[in-house]
Amino acid sequence: MIYDIFPLGDSALTIDFGNVISPTINDRVRKLADVFSRNPFAGLVEVVPAYSSLTIFYDPVTVRQTCAEFETAFAAVRNKAEKALAQAINSVLSKAERQLTKIPVCYDAEFAIDLEFVAEKKMLTVEQVIRIHTEPVYRVFMIGFLPGFPYLGEVDERLSVGRKSVPRAAVPQGSVGLAGRQTGIYSLESPGGWQIVGKTPLLLFDPKNESPTLLHAGDSVRFYEIDRKTFDEVTINIH
Amino acid sequence: MSLLFIQTGLLTTLQDLGRTGYRQLGINPNGAMDGRAARLLNVLLGNNENEGILEMHFPPPKILFETDAQIALGGADFSAGINSEPIENWRPIGVSKNSLLTFGAKKEGARLSLAVRGGFKIAKWLGSLSTNLKAKTGGFEGRALQKGDRLYLNREIPESRFAMRQRPLNYKISSHLIPNYSRSPKIRVMAGREWQNLTTESQNRFLRQSFFIRPDSDRMGFRLKGSPLQLGENVELVSSAVGFGTIQLLPDGELIILLADHQTTGGYPRIAHVVAADLSVLAQLGAGDQINFDLISLAEAERLILQFEKQLNRLKIGCRFKTYAEN
Repeated sequence: MIYDIFPLGDSALTIDFGNVISPTINDRVRKLADVFSRNPFAGLVEVVPAYSSLTIFYDPVTVRQTCAEFETAFAAVRNKAEKALAQAINSVLSKAERQLTKIPVCYDAEFAIDLEFVAEKKMLTVEQVIRIHTEPVYRVFMIGFLPGFPYLGEVDERLSVGRKSVPRAAVPQGSVGLAGRQTGIYSLESPGGWQIVGKTPLLLFDPKNESPTLLHAGDSVRFYEIDRKTFDEVTINIH
Repeated sequence: MSLLFIQTGLLTTLQDLGRTGYRQLGINPNGAMDGRAARLLNVLLGNNENEGILEMHFPPPKILFETDAQIALGGADFSAGINSEPIENWRPIGVSKNSLLTFGAKKEGARLSLAVRGGFKIAKWLGSLSTNLKAKTGGFEGRALQKGDRLYLNREIPESRFAMRQRPLNYKISSHLIPNYSRSPKIRVMAGREWQNLTTESQNRFLRQSFFIRPDSDRMGFRLKGSPLQLGENVELVSSAVGFGTIQLLPDGELIILLADHQTTGGYPRIAHVVAADLSVLAQLGAGDQINFDLISLAEAERLILQFEKQLNRLKIGCRFKTYAEN
């Protein structure tokens, strides 16, 4: 297994499996994250799984106190990471983490402000774009950027489009976007550069909920199309 | 048992040392920009160092104390006064009921911390009372405090505790513990993952030229003005975690230093990281202030962290004795 461990400042380190978007590599990241969740070490602050890397945030003071045999806290945590990697290789991801969430999306032009652009650019009809977008079961590779914003992949090559050259100042909450082989959902209104092809009435982030995000890294997601009337009904019921 | 805001400040939020454990859900820590000021002031008042503080920008608010309290200010210096009588930073100050906390000229720094003995009475969200302005949650109703808001304290100072209500108290934080604030600091950094991808010329320029904080900077990040830097060849990165102090190279060659309200993940090259020991000095900079960078080793960065912790521990012991004597 090829990996690289480097400091992310003086209070975190990253284990990088190769700067790629790949389900196999992403599984490796999640297995490694699991090891630390099950057996946190003294001074561990938190782990952050991403596409092909896991970052460990730690408190150098506590780590130094508990691992005095190492010259630096970084060296101590790197050693823990290497041991965890050996453990992670043989571990199996639990089934619960592969939970499938079905997400309704309204592709009406009012919400899907870039849908026609994407269709034109990829020489497809709007209906074809919707069909291709709703076909696959996507993996939540990671959550980041905004609270509860899922990075989903991989999008069919036929829908792969670049980001907007000038990001929008405000993308509405719930907007579903495309960027390269990724699709994602703006969990909050935010500036953003992804091509917007629809909108979900579901709340991806709800601070009042004990579990504040709808999705977690490792979940599976499938989109299904709803009409405007259904969108409004769902909105009334959950907001 | 409350503070009443009678004038709105530029941006006044409740912050502690941050909300950790939720970055994997995209929820970033937020927390005090000047973490050392927050810790020092809380320790000075006998609080847990993670107790919530008010972080104020200039112009600051005007606050009426509807209760007796003991407070301490630190970080920036906005010429604070209680009922027009000047008060000093880094010293416990007794404030009696119906006193007015006002401010004058901006003398130093950009963010003033106000700690109160016993802390503010605020419901925590995910274990922290830091304000998440973007998600409109945490802190005081998920927003900045404004005119008319009442902020309650956890504890009243009992009538019998006369010594505590005196102003000012006869001890303060010694100067060697206070961050070395400056409007043109030398900020120490460690090399980031993509440091090696900068051209040698750009590496040298990063370390030799002065950068200036651009006006479009905020708690999410400082945008820097300087001559643009270049990578030897283009680097395409998939998103991964970033942190408070990460210095990213933007596509136009400019730099951004991520701060307390930064996003949890990013995909721009990480050319350097401000060391933890200098984040408080960094936090006190504002638009137009000048930065120079100094590259140090990881071992040195860790040594600086440990050195401060040792000093802070001594302060904790001293303050525990003081606050015990007062009780």
